[in-house]
Amino acid sequence: MSKIQHVNRRDFVKLFGLASGGILLGCNISSDKKEFIPQMDGAFAPNLFVQIQKDGNIILLAARSEMGQGIRTSLASAIAEELEADWKYITVKQATGDAKYGNQNTDGSRSVRTMLAPMRKMGATAKAMLITAAAKKWAIPASDCKAENHFIINTQNNDTVFFGDLVEEASKVAIPAEDSIQLKKVEDFKFIGKTLKSVDLKDFTHGTATYGIDVRIPNMKFAAIARCPVTFGTLKSVDKTGAEKTAGVEKVIEIERIVPPTGQFFGALGGVAVIANNTWSAFQGKLNLEIEWNYGENHSFDTAEFKEKLTARIQEKGKLVPGSRGDVKAAFKDADKVVEATYHVPFLVHSPMEVPNATAWFQGDKIEVWAPLQDPQTARAELAHFFEIPLVNITINVTFLGGGFGRKSKSDFVVEAVAISKKINAPVQVVWTREDDIKHSFYHATSAQYLKGGLDKNGDVTGWMQRVAVPSITSTFKPFSEYAAGFELGMGFTNTPYNLTNFRLENVKAESNLRIGWMRSVVHIHSGFGNNSFVDELAFAAKKDPVQFHLDLIGKDRIIEGKSAHPYNSKRMKAVLTTTAKNADWGKTLPEGHGLGVAIHYSFYSYVATIVEVSVKNEKVKVENIWTTIDCGLSLNKDNIKNQLEGAAIFGMSIALYGKISAKEGAVEQHNFFDYKMTRMKDAPNIHVDIIDAMHEAPTGVGEPGVPVMAPAICNAIFNATGKRVRSLPLSDFGMV
Amino acid sequence: MNKTLSINGKSYTIEVQEEMPLLWAIRDIIGLTGTKFGCGVSECGACSVLIDGKLTKSCSMPVSYGIGKEIFTIEGSSENLEFLREAWNDGNVPQCGYCQSGQLIAATSLLDKTENPTNEDIDKAMSNNICRCGTYTRIRKAIHKAVALKNESI
Repeated sequence: MSKIQHVNRRDFVKLFGLASGGILLGCNISSDKKEFIPQMDGAFAPNLFVQIQKDGNIILLAARSEMGQGIRTSLASAIAEELEADWKYITVKQATGDAKYGNQNTDGSRSVRTMLAPMRKMGATAKAMLITAAAKKWAIPASDCKAENHFIINTQNNDTVFFGDLVEEASKVAIPAEDSIQLKKVEDFKFIGKTLKSVDLKDFTHGTATYGIDVRIPNMKFAAIARCPVTFGTLKSVDKTGAEKTAGVEKVIEIERIVPPTGQFFGALGGVAVIANNTWSAFQGKLNLEIEWNYGENHSFDTAEFKEKLTARIQEKGKLVPGSRGDVKAAFKDADKVVEATYHVPFLVHSPMEVPNATAWFQGDKIEVWAPLQDPQTARAELAHFFEIPLVNITINVTFLGGGFGRKSKSDFVVEAVAISKKINAPVQVVWTREDDIKHSFYHATSAQYLKGGLDKNGDVTGWMQRVAVPSITSTFKPFSEYAAGFELGMGFTNTPYNLTNFRLENVKAESNLRIGWMRSVVHIHSGFGNNSFVDELAFAAKKDPVQFHLDLIGKDRIIEGKSAHPYNSKRMKAVLTTTAKNADWGKTLPEGHGLGVAIHYSFYSYVATIVEVSVKNEKVKVENIWTTIDCGLSLNKDNIKNQLEGAAIFGMSIALYGKISAKEGAVEQHNFFDYKMTRMKDAPNIHVDIIDAMHEAPTGVGEPGVPVMAPAICNAIFNATGKRVRSLPLSDFGMV
Repeated sequence: MNKTLSINGKSYTIEVQEEMPLLWAIRDIIGLTGTKFGCGVSECGACSVLIDGKLTKSCSMPVSYGIGKEIFTIEGSSENLEFLREAWNDGNVPQCGYCQSGQLIAATSLLDKTENPTNEDIDKAMSNNICRCGTYTRIRKAIHKAVALKNESI
């Protein structure tokens, strides 16, 4: 983090279109390894801003996309905390996609992890400046002043002065040295770790929040695109007559596939675009196109065959993965019992409620975009590359996201909108239909895993062998990437929370015939399912209680220092499990047909344990209760964390119960929510979330860690209820929902 | 041809094809964007509106169906909707917020018909609305809370 500094007023107006009065503070934070902060001529390039206006209003400029994870509220609370502000004066504005604001990529559950400390320092700095101004006004030492609820108080005589009334004087005060800034103690927190309402509630309940799809600019057109059903297929011929005759349709144009350079960007699939004066006419026109495609080499892809292929491959030896240790061969030879199992996860799609969409205006020497983006900077760099426009002439306005889950960090839909705007020389909004979203996504990959474990006479695990075949996200950026990458195996495979002396991990070939991307919790979905299902099988073979078996396998207290600032602490892993077991009253007598299942997982540096209670009646599964506990270090906004964990439970249930993308002759078979189903109100169980009090630990991920435990906990609960093991997702494949 | 639609008590005369779904007339022609597109096939409820008090998926009913009737959207206000808004606020229900227009309209319809709904009533009435963020348990609680707020106010 750079020093906190005054912001040049002219720059501020230019950047945000905000009036420049009052106190303006900015600092530059480099949030993580993917940082993207230019230091132009060594000039100060702030990416985090706070403005305090003369009416007392405080505006925070957020550089992270809001997609339902509550980040705007969380960051505002950190400022308000240190500033001793009154919550009602806080507003949050969204930064545009610009390298000036640092890496804005919103994924990897990292926003709070990286931005909390700078936000607190900004608040504390502003408070110190207000106190200096008040001390000067009263001609008393600063030490006789304190801030409380948007006022500075003279502690000697209890005189008060409103923040807003000090702004003019305080804005002239020199920024205090960083080492003189005192941050509050955890015990004194009023906002951090408490329950705070979303700053966006009023807009959300009145339909007034502007999502990408709600953007309206003068003279804009609406476009829908017909894309080849087979990934990377191309246009052979098109009869545009029907589309052109459709009421409201103005133009039908062909758009080329935009192929990204190796190693970066997403490009766009290309196809035939129908331009109309409203969304529905564009959709209708698209249905009236007569198109012949060259399907290309992915035409033979069939997910059922692919599943068989991967299943066969994991019977054979794969590539040994670094981190393997000990001698599993000897362990299996000496074992009292050997357990083997194979697990499958299908392809999945994010399907956020707001479909991919973008509004773009290509204006010759500059581009402006309005879009729901998780990663506006990659989009910007991508546009600069493909359209040969200097980065500084590209503005990306990030709207609210109607859900993201990883889909909206891939900016193909933005590239499409700009390509069309360039061709028609007008601003245009590209809207995907739900069918487009389901059939042309960057899919969460399928996987096959083979696990083999050895147990000794005491029922302790002596050896663990795991073969993983999962198409790699890398394939989206580099052709012929046919093995999971190191960063993917680092999501729960090489770093299992268990203490395993003899451990062997093998990476098995898995090519990609669909575009592969990341979805909420990413590869942890595979590792969480494989690991926890298998531990449950081992516990059963060892005739041990699954919770106790997990605790034994996590093993003695130990801290593993990794490369990151967040070492793995087995004690914290055990604590979430024992807390969950207590909350769920693990071991209680259950009604007939009910079962309990447990799963634990460590992801995005957070610790999660979940117990699920299911009932099974006439072979139909109902999830009755979910108890989940997270240790995410310092909890910034408790109610928001609860909301995220509840949501993760529902998202994880969708994966377990319904989620499946299949392909035949290269084309995705699902269409819409009637055949790509998800959890609904009737399925929603009681969800009991507990948050470990770890206010002195660094904050870690919240949005994703609750997902990977759900499918295995549900399947383990089904086994507990019925004795039937589900090793292949989803349950709907077996008529169980 | 000109058509007149009455939305939240206000008249809008628009030039539009009769077969255009109400959703798109409301969003693209009239410009009230609080009603959302989610699936286009009556599966997700994001586009829910009330037409003469009846819960309707606006993506699947043509403009012609709405002519001469009173259309109520999330931009409107009614006694039950205001209690629901307060309860939504109280329970910090939304995450991304996108589906909540439809959820609130569906919940308004439920309370218009059923004074004190049970969990079963809620499951039945609210299962046509998808929330991908997964705020269902909060929605369930908030509907009960809205009833409580309404009873307190009497």
